[in-house]
Amino acid sequence: MQLFLQNIVNAMQWGSFYALIALGYSMVYSILMLFNFAHGDIFMVGSYIGFGVATALLGLTAAFNLPLPGWIILVMTIILAMFLTSFVGMFIERVGYRPLRDAPRASAAITGLMIGIILETGNLALLGAERLSFPALIDTVTFQVGGIYLTNKKILIVVVSLALMSALHLFIQKSKYGMAMRAMSYDFQAVPLMGISINKIAPLTFAIGSGLAAAAGILYSLAYPVLDPYMGVLLGWKAFVAAILGGRGSILGAALAGFLLGFIEIFSVWIFPSTFRDVIAYSVILLILAFRPHGFFGQAHSTQLRL
Amino acid sequence: MKSPIDKIKQLFNTTPLLAWLLGWLAAALTEYFIGDAVSYYLGLPRIPVLFGCLLALKKPLLIPGATGYFLLIYLLPFFLVARLCRRPANYLASLLARGPVSLAAIIHLALFYLALHIWADISDYRLLLLKLTMVAVMLTLSLNVINGYMGEFSCSHPGFMALGAYTASTVTLRLFADDKLFGAPLLSPALGPYLFPLALICGGIVAALGAVVIAIPSFRTRGDYLAIISLAFLFIVKSLIENLEFVGGPRGMSSQPDYAGLPMVFLGMVSCVWIINNFVCSTMGKALCAVRDNETAAEAMTVNTGKTKIVTFMFGAFWAGVAGGLFAHIIRYVNPGSFGIQRLAEILAMLYFGGLNSVTGSIIGAVSINILSEALRPLELFKWIIIPLLLIMVMLFRPTGLVSFTEFKAEKLMRPRG
Repeated sequence: MQLFLQNIVNAMQWGSFYALIALGYSMVYSILMLFNFAHGDIFMVGSYIGFGVATALLGLTAAFNLPLPGWIILVMTIILAMFLTSFVGMFIERVGYRPLRDAPRASAAITGLMIGIILETGNLALLGAERLSFPALIDTVTFQVGGIYLTNKKILIVVVSLALMSALHLFIQKSKYGMAMRAMSYDFQAVPLMGISINKIAPLTFAIGSGLAAAAGILYSLAYPVLDPYMGVLLGWKAFVAAILGGRGSILGAALAGFLLGFIEIFSVWIFPSTFRDVIAYSVILLILAFRPHGFFGQAHSTQLRL
Repeated sequence: MKSPIDKIKQLFNTTPLLAWLLGWLAAALTEYFIGDAVSYYLGLPRIPVLFGCLLALKKPLLIPGATGYFLLIYLLPFFLVARLCRRPANYLASLLARGPVSLAAIIHLALFYLALHIWADISDYRLLLLKLTMVAVMLTLSLNVINGYMGEFSCSHPGFMALGAYTASTVTLRLFADDKLFGAPLLSPALGPYLFPLALICGGIVAALGAVVIAIPSFRTRGDYLAIISLAFLFIVKSLIENLEFVGGPRGMSSQPDYAGLPMVFLGMVSCVWIINNFVCSTMGKALCAVRDNETAAEAMTVNTGKTKIVTFMFGAFWAGVAGGLFAHIIRYVNPGSFGIQRLAEILAMLYFGGLNSVTGSIIGAVSINILSEALRPLELFKWIIIPLLLIMVMLFRPTGLVSFTEFKAEKLMRPRG
């Protein structure tokens, strides 16, 4: 029972990473009907930017002898890095996706993959192959509640990601831009005629998605503080699977499926040998898709590949 | 006034394929006989292995020498012989055009193979490059059947390749080689090279059976969901192989017998191109395009969409499996890590660079990306910035690839001109 609860805690942590990244995939899909395959690498860029911001802030506080506690620096790092990374997302939209808006969707997918490779290699060329380690902004404190071990970082990760998801939900449901985004995802063709420019909404979507990915990147680096240019590849593809599993374009579905993927992975490791993790996890996903071919919240409409 | 380019075009527009092949043969022969001497006089350390590209990027001082070598050894004999031979070649081509296509094709292919063989004889590096390029052509072409002609977005090709590679390796290691995993050979190793195609076919069949797993969900869904299903399949295959201890687990399998010589790989590639081209030109191929363009309408026009999909998936996977088997015996080492996302990105890049729905496009894509990534090797990291940028450019300006939606006709290619 204790082990079970412990695993739930771990699964919540991994689920938060997957859910935050999957949201980015899902939002872009709901607007542009394409998957941004560079998203996993935006996650990587986000955590590198977070590293840069955190190092700079630590340097500044040391230089001016400011007695700032670590958690304030952490909050500032998350906010600043989200802000900076959203520009990366907007830039990618402008250069890679806007010219291809009328092209076959597979071409946009290939462009995304290639942008991802450029981001990885560019990072490797700029910063070299040695792995950076993320500064420890807060000390790890371990609590023991009823026999299960909680660390303040795990709680922080889950709380921050849930807060970000709720903020996103509020933004989409209540704000004017959120309404425009919902309208755009409802009808791609008619809404631009109503005076909502897709050239405004699409960059906004990319910016929000990239910001969430950056937050995920920093939270991830808090838990696993080794940065590496290829860290986004596997995580990105898994989050992509979660986005699909949730139903394409469904925000709630993506978040739920992200957590579900975390649970499936952690519990398959608990029950079976750890090397079987991928086999079990993906077999479960195949089974789910066999019974619900359009994900949890997806609409059963037959899309033609535009080709 | 005609521009100089037009004049050059006019000079060569009566040259048939046969003459170009003779020119290529002449270039290879020139290099074979006087390459050493020419490279010595031009101050090059040895014969440049890849048209001097590698040398020029590594040591910029040698660029004039490398260029001179390229002009003297390749361009000059190639164009000279092609131009001079055009009359007899045209005569021969018109003779061949009257006979069966297969005879003409065999003669052309034999010439082509001869030139390749002589070219590859210079160094082992060239031999390996050629073999891998041919395997890449097979992979790209078989993916084109699924992603191009059927219009799905399948991501499981490295998985099929892995199934083929592991099956073929198991068969050859078990039957013909004394191996630490499987023990003494069951059959005489002398039989090995002759029965090797059977091992490849076994690999292809296993890959095709694996494809059924993906084909069945594709009845109900397509597009993004199929992409995920195939991606999940890829991860499952990779992870399963890592957990199967009797094929070496994560360490992989090594010391496969050296059966995949250049003739074998060439034969494999030629039969792949030939059969896939026939497949996409057949009634089945037309049905495939119908399913791609509009599944409901195709169903209404009596196309059996379920059968079409399952056959196509199995067909594409079969060739991927054969290519995987060849790959395993060329490298003579396989591990699960070589069939991951990286390989997928590579095959997708070759496919979309060359062009969808076109046999020619797949060949062009596979060959050019392969040669390019070898030629840019001295740039190390920047290679992986230049090639993706190039692909993005192609996608921006020609969204369906360089040569897309064309038919590959051997008769037209080999016809006499003038």
